[in-house]
Amino acid sequence: MGVPDGSQGHVALESLVKRFGPVNAVDRVTLEVGAGEFLALLGPSGSGKTTILMAIAGFEYPDEGRILIGGEDVTWAPPNRRNLGMVFQRYTLFPHMTVLENIAFPLKMRGVGRAEREQRARAALDTVRLGGMGERRPAQLSGGQQQRVAIARAIIYQPRVLLMDEPLSALDKNLREEMQLEIKHLQQRIGITVVFVTHDQTEALTMADRVAVLDRGCLQQVGAPRDLYEAPETVFVAGFIGETNFYEGRLDGFARAGEPVSVVLDGGGRMTATAAQSLAAGSRIKVALRPERLRVLPAGEGLGARVTEAIYAGNATTLMLEGEGGRRLRARIPAGAGLHEPRPGERVRLSWQPTDARAFAA
Amino acid sequence: MRRPSRFLLGGRRYSPAASLLLAAPFLLLITVVFILPLATLLHESLFLPEPTTAHYARAFAEPVYLRVMLRTLWIAVLVTALALVLAWPLAWVMSRSKGLLLGLLAAAVLLPLWTSVLVRTYAWMVLLQRNGVLNQALQGAGIIDVPVQFLYTQGAVVLAMAHVLLPFMVLPILSALKGIPEDLPRAAQMLGASAWSTFREVIWPLALPGVTSGCLMVFLLALGFFVTPALIGGPQQMMISTLVSQQVREMLDWPFAGALVGILLLFVIGLTVIFKRAVRLDRFVGTA
Repeated sequence: MGVPDGSQGHVALESLVKRFGPVNAVDRVTLEVGAGEFLALLGPSGSGKTTILMAIAGFEYPDEGRILIGGEDVTWAPPNRRNLGMVFQRYTLFPHMTVLENIAFPLKMRGVGRAEREQRARAALDTVRLGGMGERRPAQLSGGQQQRVAIARAIIYQPRVLLMDEPLSALDKNLREEMQLEIKHLQQRIGITVVFVTHDQTEALTMADRVAVLDRGCLQQVGAPRDLYEAPETVFVAGFIGETNFYEGRLDGFARAGEPVSVVLDGGGRMTATAAQSLAAGSRIKVALRPERLRVLPAGEGLGARVTEAIYAGNATTLMLEGEGGRRLRARIPAGAGLHEPRPGERVRLSWQPTDARAFAA
Repeated sequence: MRRPSRFLLGGRRYSPAASLLLAAPFLLLITVVFILPLATLLHESLFLPEPTTAHYARAFAEPVYLRVMLRTLWIAVLVTALALVLAWPLAWVMSRSKGLLLGLLAAAVLLPLWTSVLVRTYAWMVLLQRNGVLNQALQGAGIIDVPVQFLYTQGAVVLAMAHVLLPFMVLPILSALKGIPEDLPRAAQMLGASAWSTFREVIWPLALPGVTSGCLMVFLLALGFFVTPALIGGPQQMMISTLVSQQVREMLDWPFAGALVGILLLFVIGLTVIFKRAVRLDRFVGTA
């Protein structure tokens, strides 16, 4: 199976707006997905990620903006004319057809002859490792198998783009992790463009080439998983992706993005950090610092804290800390690195690389 | 402590004795008022004045009676078809609406069910009679000059019966349509199906069990319908139940009435068995 020539799989959203009553469910989102790219739309519920996917699919029409697929404006085209594949959150196999008939359905709709339909459907069934299950009814398959059939059905006609709406959310954890890699490998093998909606950040980071983070309809940041985690551009992304400690305070002086800054903390004390964005002089600041980037040292000079709890989890120990002014923090100490592991009640000193502490306008 | 009663088996199912006891009042009632009279009637049709099949032969031999039976079948077919045509779009809209609209539609479907058949039939007579609402409206609009004969026509019978029996068609179809997840037609469209293909390949086959049972119910009820055809159809449009009543009340020919009932009963039972088979074949389809 292949995909039509490269540029066909290119998706562009141009300042897309979708209103539901007074609310902007999607608020001026501009986004490009390269041909053959795996893009995850990540956000909490109500962030607009599903609405964007439905607009690409053709089930929602935007109030403003355009959608281009392969350079062609499809904003107002009906779903069955867009030649896209889609895998839904819930199982959507047709219960009155066999697995093979399900997979062959899009070919039937395209007027492909019976013999060729069957042959291609069998090949597609093998692609998702379900060879021999073709004669069964969907109800006789497990959830994971049903979604694999749905994927085979969605790619058999070589659509320009494959849309996936939380396709793994109904599966249990182990199967979900297995399917994440399976889908990723399949996507790489056939080189299809994928737009994948999820609220599960681990899933997004695991599968996607790039992740687009949304909050209340606004695009927060688009980037490679590593960039999102290590260099979040907004407070929302810093808080949404992974675990983060936030320090609140006031900026001493002003700074442009990437410059070192000094922050006067609310509870007293000072910390050095790096500006994640341009910051005005004296503005309110939130500093984000990952638990595993906090170094926990025996008590001494600098910002101190008291250990309230130490949670051992095999590969790491998480410390719950209480800093000045009752501020609650977390620190993570990897196992086996021979680092000092303080006990509950112990006073410690905290240290970090200024580049790991990212300062945002609050 | 007392041992728990054996009356309840494991708290979940009743013992056979208990089941029988609980069902007894109903079984007694139905035996006395339905099964016994029916058995008597059928017995008379076969054994009065002596063991004979003459009464049955007569029903098929005399063209008058054969015509009544064929007309009954034909009217039942027309009523079923009309009810299906009316019910499908209604059930479709109901399956996709909620709140006030659904409430209004459901009331429109169910209210007639709670009204007496007699009242509904008289309402149709008021509408259709010579100086009725329909004729006055058509005359007022200048479409016709002389009142048209609506009452006592086959069209009137079919229309009124389809109206009376509509809920029995709407409800099974509605429940079948409600069982189709919204994502299913969406998936079909996504895969390239037009609106018509989505209907033909996905919606219709999945709604078929509901359509089948709705049709069966309406058809069987229409076969034995009495009040509406008797009042709206008159003598020219006589159906089998009117004929039975005539034989009993005017001719006092109980054995022949019994034969007619026997024929209808056999036909209904046979049809039910056949449809049940067909529906059972469909059943594993609906297990998603």
